[in-house]
Amino acid sequence: MSLFFMTATAEQSATERAAPKETAKQAPQSLLSRLAWPTLGLVLPVTLAAGWEIAVGLGLSSGRLLPPPSVIFDTFVDLAATGELQRHALATLSRVAAGFICGVTAGTLVGAIAGYSALTHRLVDPTLQALRSIPSIAWVPLFILWFGIFEASKIILIAVGVFFPVYLGVMGAVISVDRKIVEVGRVFRLSGPAMVWRILLPAVMPAYVISLRAGLGLGWMFVVAAEFLGASTGLGFLLIDGQQLGKPAQIVAAIVAFAILGKFTDFLIAAIAAPFLRWEDRFARS
Amino acid sequence: MLVLDHVGKTYPNGVHALEGISLTVVPGEILVVIGGSGCGKSTMLRAISGLDTPSQGTVSLDDAAITAPREEIGIIFQEPRLLPWLTVADNVGFGLDGVPREERHARVQRALTRVGLADKANVWPRELSGGQAQRAAIARALVPRPQVLLLDEPFSALDAFTRADLQVHLLDLWAELKPTLIMVTHDVEEAVVLADRIMVMCPRPGRLYEEIACDLPRPRDRQSAAFDFVKRRVLSALDRSLDRAVITDAGEVKATQGSGLWW
Repeated sequence: MSLFFMTATAEQSATERAAPKETAKQAPQSLLSRLAWPTLGLVLPVTLAAGWEIAVGLGLSSGRLLPPPSVIFDTFVDLAATGELQRHALATLSRVAAGFICGVTAGTLVGAIAGYSALTHRLVDPTLQALRSIPSIAWVPLFILWFGIFEASKIILIAVGVFFPVYLGVMGAVISVDRKIVEVGRVFRLSGPAMVWRILLPAVMPAYVISLRAGLGLGWMFVVAAEFLGASTGLGFLLIDGQQLGKPAQIVAAIVAFAILGKFTDFLIAAIAAPFLRWEDRFARS
Repeated sequence: MLVLDHVGKTYPNGVHALEGISLTVVPGEILVVIGGSGCGKSTMLRAISGLDTPSQGTVSLDDAAITAPREEIGIIFQEPRLLPWLTVADNVGFGLDGVPREERHARVQRALTRVGLADKANVWPRELSGGQAQRAAIARALVPRPQVLLLDEPFSALDAFTRADLQVHLLDLWAELKPTLIMVTHDVEEAVVLADRIMVMCPRPGRLYEEIACDLPRPRDRQSAAFDFVKRRVLSALDRSLDRAVITDAGEVKATQGSGLWW
């Protein structure tokens, strides 16, 4: 009995020792460090932009090929004021959205099946891996021939770009789900759908979110390729239009719009996924 | 009553893990299976749980053959195997899917209190220590009130203090519902602390070697002479079980007289 008592107290003191460390980690950081950390990333771009602005202002450069930030900002505001920017951004955004949804749906389904069934994996994976190594821009002429020069061919190109990272991510995640965790499901006699819903889906969630973000990144890449080839709307069209009419400010403004939209949509996925991933035992806690 | 009838297991890769295991375990009995590594202890336990099916023979519980995991049989693994995306309370209640919410909540709370984790109900598994996680796993296995509870070296990854604590704790929990307990271990002291009956297994292929009754009164004093006596018996049986495997090629002579009580 004395041994039992001793071990009980030993464990208790162990948890007590662990407790203060935990609270120290979660204690609110000082105001300075809380504000300083996010703004640290802005130092480099702001310094460069201000330097260029000053250089052009002092007449060290004409700024004809690379306009200073103020001109880019004016162009951006002008484009926004006429509604042009919104129209083009919306066109691009809807193409990415449609392509992303198609690519994610196909990639998730095929990836999950190929991960779950060894037969399907043997059957499908070599072909998909071969197709994956084709530079997707190489499809463009064929897609235009097949689907015309309007929306369909663009959306399909984007969907192809999104498909592969999502397929790879889901397939790899399903294959590597821990057998030991699956056995817990078997011990509690979960049915097929319950096994997917209660064990497999949560287990692949972290890898899935990463593959969605990778897919979205490729989606934004491919929308530009699609819009370079015969579009009359979209941010990609603004780029080509700026090149042909010699308006570098418009090109940079469109690039900035891409950056904002890309970052925002990526943030959106991360933010939506965050509540589902709170359980993760991660190396870095942001 | 749990009955194993000539159970054998050969894995698809040709490994002959288990041969001719026949065994009867009465309700409420604590049976500890002990043996060196690779003697088929875990294979036997997995066959009883229904996770694996034996290649020969049958396992049956109350005359119904076990071919897949069953509600009446709970299992605790060497690792806690808590689902990292569920809180401790949700993990413990994982097997209570069909039970109404309030009742499930009450049963989970009671189980957590019994294993001393009532204040940890809403934390993630990653925030538990090794001993706490294994206690949560015990609670998860006990909450559906199984008739048979299988334990596959459940405390082997824990430090000596926590292990001794959990052994006593397990007996307390067992005393409440008195399920049949079948525990696999390679820790002789653990076997003698817990068992009503100790089965010593020998390897290549895994067979039952010797059965040792262990009817010391509970709670058992680890320092007592009687405890030490049983412990020595188990140790010597273990030694002999490993010897026998080595000399099998020379002949089966020693095998038949393997249980000589030399002391």
